Amino acid sequence: MDIKKLPTFIPGFDHVSHGGLPEGRTTLVSGTAGSAKTVFAAQYLYEGITRNNENGVFVTFEESPADIRRNMIGLGWDIEKLEKNNRWRFVDASPQPGEAPVIIGEFDLAALMARIEHAVTKIGAKRISLDSLGAIFTQFTDANTIRSELFKIAYSIKQMNVTAVMTAERTEEYGEIARFGVEEFVADNVIIFRNILEEEKRRRTVEILKFRGTMHRKGEYPFTIIPGEGLVIIPLSNIKLDQESSEKRISSGNKALDNMCGGGFFRDSIILLSGATGTGKTLTATEFMAGGVKNNERCLLFAFEESRQQLFRNASGWGIDFEKMEKDEKLKVVCEYPESAGLEDHLIHIKAIISEFKPNRVAIDSLSALERISTPRGFREFVIGLNSFIKTQEIAGLFTSTTSDLMGGTTITDAHISTITDSIILLRYVETYGDMRRGITVLKMRGSAHEKHIREFMIDSSGMHIGKPFKEVSGIISGRLVQSNIGSEISRIDNMFESDNK
Amino acid sequence: MSNKYVLELYITSNSSRSEQAITNLRKMCEENLGGDFSLTVIDVLDSPEEAEKAKILATPTLIKKIPPPVKRLIGDFSDSEKILGYINK
Repeated sequence: MDIKKLPTFIPGFDHVSHGGLPEGRTTLVSGTAGSAKTVFAAQYLYEGITRNNENGVFVTFEESPADIRRNMIGLGWDIEKLEKNNRWRFVDASPQPGEAPVIIGEFDLAALMARIEHAVTKIGAKRISLDSLGAIFTQFTDANTIRSELFKIAYSIKQMNVTAVMTAERTEEYGEIARFGVEEFVADNVIIFRNILEEEKRRRTVEILKFRGTMHRKGEYPFTIIPGEGLVIIPLSNIKLDQESSEKRISSGNKALDNMCGGGFFRDSIILLSGATGTGKTLTATEFMAGGVKNNERCLLFAFEESRQQLFRNASGWGIDFEKMEKDEKLKVVCEYPESAGLEDHLIHIKAIISEFKPNRVAIDSLSALERISTPRGFREFVIGLNSFIKTQEIAGLFTSTTSDLMGGTTITDAHISTITDSIILLRYVETYGDMRRGITVLKMRGSAHEKHIREFMIDSSGMHIGKPFKEVSGIISGRLVQSNIGSEISRIDNMFESDNK
Repeated sequence: MSNKYVLELYITSNSSRSEQAITNLRKMCEENLGGDFSLTVIDVLDSPEEAEKAKILATPTLIKKIPPPVKRLIGDFSDSEKILGYINK
């Protein structure tokens, strides 16, 4: 028989868990100190009450209910109000101030059990969280008694027809599941929360270790905690990359570039624009936006490198009026410092703005600016998450990426996303006889023929002007330029016959 | 009219350990506290709200309210000398 799942309504978790927690069972949530176990335990109840009308009991062994109420207010959850309405009930098993009780002889935890049962029946709870089991061992010296009593409690909870979350403390991120061997009570389902310091960056992940008898996704999924929302898990594999891609073309905002691409970008595609600083990436992104607005599309630009004023000034320098476009609500420009938030938060923020603004095209300038605030692994996850999200929205995305070498080369960004982008456009400096010129080429265009030339382009007050192919230089892409006289001869002959490409 | 000793004992009615604790305690009180005491027995199964208010986890739990300071003792109270020591402390 298939085990039913109870949706947690914790963003992303139900996807990772294929539908939520196994219903009527107990799931162990284990993690080191500060790994957000308590937030998970509280959010599980909160979402159950507010989204599914299922009341919840919170048994706290560690923090006082007053502390938990206060901490969760910061996440936007008014627990006190839920308590008043008999939707949420605390069973306070936290250490009491004053002298510790003296143990003389044998005892059991029947009083705690009676209190839990009472709380569950009193409000008709469907969900229960116990946080955290390890803490009760510190209140009593007799670990064996506590272990066997907890076993009884776990057993009775199973009889109560509730779905339980039990948290437990771990000492290491990659070691035993939990201290005190508490996992034995609930060995059916185990979830691990991690809080890892990786290259000086904090990385939080959740992993479902096992769900006995039912499916779940494997591996660690990054998550973040957002004020007013709580835990948000980022399901990387959320989105299939086999989206139906449309044959519909849209303009890049530059006619000559459209021609190079065989008639424009595809509507549902992601384009990577790679080039050194000053090669014209922001310009291309700006023209991409303007091209959308001209076509009566909604356009969204995320800028991580330049300020608003600077962007608007740049745009008007190229004859594009961002201000008017914004006033007409055709364009939205979002400027942010990469360092203003963690990468997970940026991703969630970007997704939220896209969902709200519902653009037809999105540009991110630049993706590589976000690279420096993350680890390679975190960045990879971010890019995959972002790409797959944009793909499901069926909008066109243009990402710029700054190469570190002036004359060519690649970035981590390029390496990470080149396989999942549909098109790659390179902008390059080309040095010829003491002049710095600029070149553009379409390296890849999925599902379409495209031009293979590297063309020279100029930038002036009306934007980008793409001209003729470089003939006298080779090695532009690698950055190892070789100039040949034969080339210039070819180019001279070409000039005699080829009319201007405009 | 107040007693010199005010004690509350939280038990579970269906356990022999609790029965034992009640017997042990009564005996100890009667023999040692000179009749000037009150001992209230609270069954957590009947009165879970009381247990919640007093934050009782384990049974049997004895709370010595008077004389101060308030003290909690947990166990079956088989060792009456030891208990007496804590109650008078």
